[in-house]
Amino acid sequence: MTVPKLRIAGLDKSFGTGERRTQVLRDINLDLADNEFVSLVGTSGCGKSTLLSIVAGLQDFDAGDLSIDGAPILQPGLDRGVVFQSYTLLPWLTARQNIEFALKAAGYDRAACREIALEHLDLVKLSQSADRYPSELSGGMKQRVAIARALSYRPKMLLMDEPFGALDALTRHHMQELLTQIWEEHRLTVLFVTHDVEEAVYLSDRIVVMGIGPGRIMQTFNVDIERPRREEVMETPAFMDLQRGVHKAIREASRRPEMA
Amino acid sequence: MSGPARSAPGAATKQARRRRSSGIGVPIARSRFLMIAVAVFVGLGLAWWAATGLEWVKPIFLPSPASVATQIAKLATDGTLWLDLRASAYRISIGFLIASALSIPIGVLIGSFRSWEAGIEPLVDFIRYMPVVAFVPLSILWAGTGDTQKFLIIFIGTFFQQVLMIMDNVKRVPADFIGLGRTLGLPDRKILTRIVVPSALPGIWDTLRISLGWAWTWLVLAELVAATSGLGYRITVSQRYFQTNTIIGYILLLGLLGLITDQVMKALEKVLFRQDGHSQ
Repeated sequence: MTVPKLRIAGLDKSFGTGERRTQVLRDINLDLADNEFVSLVGTSGCGKSTLLSIVAGLQDFDAGDLSIDGAPILQPGLDRGVVFQSYTLLPWLTARQNIEFALKAAGYDRAACREIALEHLDLVKLSQSADRYPSELSGGMKQRVAIARALSYRPKMLLMDEPFGALDALTRHHMQELLTQIWEEHRLTVLFVTHDVEEAVYLSDRIVVMGIGPGRIMQTFNVDIERPRREEVMETPAFMDLQRGVHKAIREASRRPEMA
Repeated sequence: MSGPARSAPGAATKQARRRRSSGIGVPIARSRFLMIAVAVFVGLGLAWWAATGLEWVKPIFLPSPASVATQIAKLATDGTLWLDLRASAYRISIGFLIASALSIPIGVLIGSFRSWEAGIEPLVDFIRYMPVVAFVPLSILWAGTGDTQKFLIIFIGTFFQQVLMIMDNVKRVPADFIGLGRTLGLPDRKILTRIVVPSALPGIWDTLRISLGWAWTWLVLAELVAATSGLGYRITVSQRYFQTNTIIGYILLLGLLGLITDQVMKALEKVLFRQDGHSQ
């Protein structure tokens, strides 16, 4: 692989100005291969969400290079689908219309919009709820619509910011399973932010542990657990070992704030 | 009702729990709520009726309910009431429409763009604290005593408040909604029209509803001071002839009109923004 799908090289980011200026990300180097699922984990304040937001083009950065398929990222765009923690379904549109909204922005004609929207609702098993409004959907259903929407316009990669963070444990499990299934079938490059280590191990090919003060990459774990993965995999010793390892790495990463 | 049976502690606590029908935030049945509300109206009405019937107060200060009712009926049959109503309804409609038509776009603009906010918000905030009443003499000087002066007073009273409230409505649009628009590659103009405005619309509607309530007050103020028709004008004229029954009847009518417009706006809100019910 010569050109990675996503390349983050020497990225720095600070907030504020003058004396109150604090560095939140320092020298981030991370390449994502095509169709690779990578999770960012770390304690709060390690800048993982900021990093994702920078990749999405929603925030500026101070120094470094950022490119997708070799082309520099200058602004937000349809080549990166984003799933926010807060669902972000527009409440005045039905589930189907929410997806069509994105497709229309991507320039699809009306007939195509409808067809693709229904196809993707089917993908997240929500065909029955196509004409329901977000206020009539549960949190898990809303997030499924949001995932369907982000997938619908065929972005080059998916950015997910703690997408299941607001869901209850059982729903979260269902969502993880659904996401794995979809990902294993359709394959897509994914950058996934979470604070749930089990979730990271279950979903990812690679886990990047970030540390604080300033936020930087401390350690990387390859997840060599066979696919397709089903829930039972969480009970295996290999899974649990890795989970323990990542936990330990996070603890260590957050324990030694380095002098700037 | 103290000391329920001691023999069964379980039952006792259950009873104690059931008796908790008051307290902060404790819900009550709808029928009970209605009963209390109606009782207050009936009680006040009875007190009024008794106070005048037993001649505790002179009719010139407080006429009897019957006297007020007959006077209003009389004004309705000879047409005065309808002419007054029409004049006032026309003024409040136009004045309120002008204020809203300007405050909505300006509010959306300053709620979305910081430099527009810097240019307009401090100024509006300053003017907002100037008492509307103090503008009445100036408004007569500028616009005479015709309808234009009424529009002007209603405008001054509602516009500046509306702008700030609509700015707030717009600022409350979740940042992620705008982020969504960005990631879909939408230009600012489309983010504004397709995401920000529809998202803020239920809030803006609520602002309009509340400010319409205030507009009634400014209308009557303008009519009390300088007018030759309208509900406020009739109240001033009636004072001159000690027609307290007309004054009280019109005040009650104004309260009723305010209540009706508010309920109509609320009902429309339910129809227009049905699906926003409990937005995220």
